[in-house]
Amino acid sequence: MIIGIDVGGTHTDGVLLSGDKIEKSVKIPTKKDNLYQSVIEALDSLIENQDVSKIKRTVLSTTLTTNAVVQKKTSPVAVLVSAGPGIDPKYYETGDFYKVVTGALDHRGRELVKIDEPELRKTAEDIKEKGIQNLALISKFSPRNPIHENQKEKILSPYFKNIFKGHNVSGHLNFPGRINTTWLNAAVRDSYEDFFSSVSKSFEKRGIKSPVHILKADGGTMPLTESVTFPAQTIFSGPAASVMGAIPESKKDIDSIILDIGGTTTDIAVLAKGVPVISQNGIKIENLKTLIRAIETKSIGAGGDSYVRVENQNLLIGPERKGPAMAFGGDFPTPADAFVFLGEINEGDFEKAKKAITSIAQELKISPEDAAEQIAQKASQNIVNAFNEMILEINNKPVYTLHDFLDGYVLNPKEILVLGAPAKVFAKRIEKISKIKTIPVTNFSIANAKGAAMAKPTCTVTLFADTAQKKAYAVSENYEESIPSNYTREDAFAKTKSLLYAKAEKMGADMKNLEIDTIEDMSFNMIRGYRSSGKNIRISLQIRPGLVSE
Amino acid sequence: MLKAKNKTGLVFFPAFDWAIDPTHPEREERLLYTKDQVFEEGLMDIEGIKEFKPLQVTKNEINRAHFCVPDIETVTTSSHFISAGGAKAIAEKFAKKEIDKGFALVRPPGHHAMRVVHGGRGFCNINIEAIMIEYLRKEHGYKKIAIVDTDCHHGDGTQDVYWHDPDVLFISLHQDGRTLYPGSGFTEELGGPNACGYTLNIPLPPNTSDEGYLYTIENCVLPILSDFKPDIIINSAGQDNHYTDPITNMNFTAQGYAKLTTLLNPDIAVLEGGYSIEAALPYVNAGIILAMAGLDYSKVKEPDCNPASLKESPETMTYIKNVCDKVLALWDSKNDLKKRVYGDDLIFKRSRNIMYDTDGIFERQFEHVTNCDKCGGALKIDSESDRGWKITGIHAPANVCEKCLDQAEKWYKNAASEINYFHDNKNDRFERKKR
Repeated sequence: MIIGIDVGGTHTDGVLLSGDKIEKSVKIPTKKDNLYQSVIEALDSLIENQDVSKIKRTVLSTTLTTNAVVQKKTSPVAVLVSAGPGIDPKYYETGDFYKVVTGALDHRGRELVKIDEPELRKTAEDIKEKGIQNLALISKFSPRNPIHENQKEKILSPYFKNIFKGHNVSGHLNFPGRINTTWLNAAVRDSYEDFFSSVSKSFEKRGIKSPVHILKADGGTMPLTESVTFPAQTIFSGPAASVMGAIPESKKDIDSIILDIGGTTTDIAVLAKGVPVISQNGIKIENLKTLIRAIETKSIGAGGDSYVRVENQNLLIGPERKGPAMAFGGDFPTPADAFVFLGEINEGDFEKAKKAITSIAQELKISPEDAAEQIAQKASQNIVNAFNEMILEINNKPVYTLHDFLDGYVLNPKEILVLGAPAKVFAKRIEKISKIKTIPVTNFSIANAKGAAMAKPTCTVTLFADTAQKKAYAVSENYEESIPSNYTREDAFAKTKSLLYAKAEKMGADMKNLEIDTIEDMSFNMIRGYRSSGKNIRISLQIRPGLVSE
Repeated sequence: MLKAKNKTGLVFFPAFDWAIDPTHPEREERLLYTKDQVFEEGLMDIEGIKEFKPLQVTKNEINRAHFCVPDIETVTTSSHFISAGGAKAIAEKFAKKEIDKGFALVRPPGHHAMRVVHGGRGFCNINIEAIMIEYLRKEHGYKKIAIVDTDCHHGDGTQDVYWHDPDVLFISLHQDGRTLYPGSGFTEELGGPNACGYTLNIPLPPNTSDEGYLYTIENCVLPILSDFKPDIIINSAGQDNHYTDPITNMNFTAQGYAKLTTLLNPDIAVLEGGYSIEAALPYVNAGIILAMAGLDYSKVKEPDCNPASLKESPETMTYIKNVCDKVLALWDSKNDLKKRVYGDDLIFKRSRNIMYDTDGIFERQFEHVTNCDKCGGALKIDSESDRGWKITGIHAPANVCEKCLDQAEKWYKNAASEINYFHDNKNDRFERKKR
């Protein structure tokens, strides 16, 4: 049996699965100031009268990290960066203490300027005076060579409780993103650790010895123990849970669009032959660019409760919500009123819906029936426009080789899965407008918890090898090796694969059923003068997100 | 948080799987370190900077600028369609006002490709700026266009494509042709009879550094541009004036390039040459992008840059000032130049030999152009190469007048080479016939 619990903003959903069959489910209001309590409440309800020794794994998805950032309940962090040539690092100021310190590397990771130990010690004293115990160390180009971050850690470890290094968060080149992500890990660490230890203790107390996993934004899981080092990875796991929950409903040989239509917003995600499309570049939280991989989602202000009005003879819908539909006690007309008026939703107060629609009809000088249909059409059209735009954006992502330009994968969705309360009434109109088969997914209220429960572990490994410098690094794995000058792309690929396997095992993956995707696989001859000085090799592999086959 | 003052569009297409040959300067690795620097800086994430995917150009878009011999397929690869398509994508976003400025960071380059293309010259097969400019004229109605070519090599291809066109002002700044490929670009090269003075060449002495280069922009190029009043300014942004470039002899720096971009304030920049792939390009490109976006680039400096040791001698500065004065005087006297240089024949003729260094082809051309005060004139080029091709290309420019169009049609009717081309840019009519 497996357990999935998704602590959302309003509700906490939980399921107990046997195979992919739901044995038991629970939905409770989330206690906003005590997410841990919500997890335990859901857990206790699920394991009541169950043999806990049969539980093979538990997956949790929480908004803890997201909330900490949004509510600014983060711990103080000192951020020390070193940069070298380029944009002035003063523009990336983050954290409660920010300083640019001596040291620089170039784009191949070669040392341009050494670090300055006395300067670092002096800075550490200044930070200590402010009572800050968490430190983030980020060097420009540290994914090409972690030496400066490691040297600084060695010097500064006596001064701080926790030190976070930029190269550990990602092998991707993006200095500002790395600063933000490293800061984020440091800033949420304390609150996350409290949550983590309370959860561990509670599971122990209930005799659950099987592993506990945490859902990440990319729709994969990582062990609870691992998540303490990278708590930032857990942001936006809620939308990921819903997308994973929709996978069993999708066909595996075509591309699918997933629409989660709520009252205020519609969340859009895309499956390429059953596999969620991942944004490799990292997501933004509160306008902060991070290097956290996430399922590509687009959220638009369009839902059952979007504000409907007429301006200059034009019918406008959303993006804001001014409250529930008039049929459900609100003050302003909404698409839901149109559906009630048209008899497609058999709930709510018909007379109030009629009043809402009539007011719009009078302004448009048309019949209430036409007005209701226009509202329903336009609301559906807005959603279709948004997902068309999203597909276009994904298909128009820049590529850097002729091969990817000419032969790259092009999304061509052939089905739309619609989740959420008003799924059914929107689905038929979306199908008509988009001419794509549209299926309302019913009984979806706990699919997010199911998605969390069944999500597979994921991880990535990025390796960079420079045979002229005779060095290979996979910085996020703390892997660094001297390589011979005849080291090849094949050697690098094999090494990356073995590092990925080792990491996957640590992540609790089912080693018999690993699916690997190649994100980057390039080898460049470095020519100086007219001869080769060596090879510059970049390999990046990931475990494909998906569902456990139990 | 950084926010761009100008909405800036970038097309970045490094063609990581394409090379002229494995050890050629124009190889897979060329923009590798530039990509690393640009991505590590997070330039693409800055609010107001947006990256776009290149388009592909069509064959007719290439025909507007070229006679490809024997055909387009033979002298191009898909990389050329995408590189030109990168410039076109930027032009489209600019014309539709989705961006205030745009930079096509693409390869392979194009500015040595002339109107007739028998193969590769100076690493270029088709002229990506010219194709972009013809697209802007035809699809978006641009009339007066200025091209400032700041590649270290003379932009002889672009000069050739617009030699007869008074609506396109072409200014090339480059290392003096007596000391560098392609050996042309002297102040006396001023454009054809119908566009005399609308091609301007500013040959700079070897070792010119930031002061000399920026002096030239400020005191020679900018006054001419403000006099010409173009609808759009295009910068052929070669990066091989850099002090570390392996195939040139100039002393320009990343700071110099960024300041040049600020001063020139081009609407669109298109990457041309630049082969110091590690020591220059990462910094020069970061500097140009920041300058276009209107952002602070004061810390974008090469690790080993020492401006004092790069500075030009007082003699070099004096020489540069003299060249600038000479070019300004030519610009001011452009209305009298035609008669002085060309006389008043009804049809002007010239013959010349063209060397294709990249592909080792030798071409002989014989050219006719009508004398016209209203347009760029009808153009007929008879061309033969040592590969055995004999062609006649007839071109009517975008601004062609009725009389010249008539002449062009007559020429085409009577053309009897192995392959005969008729390219009417005004009506987007492209025909060819074999003997």
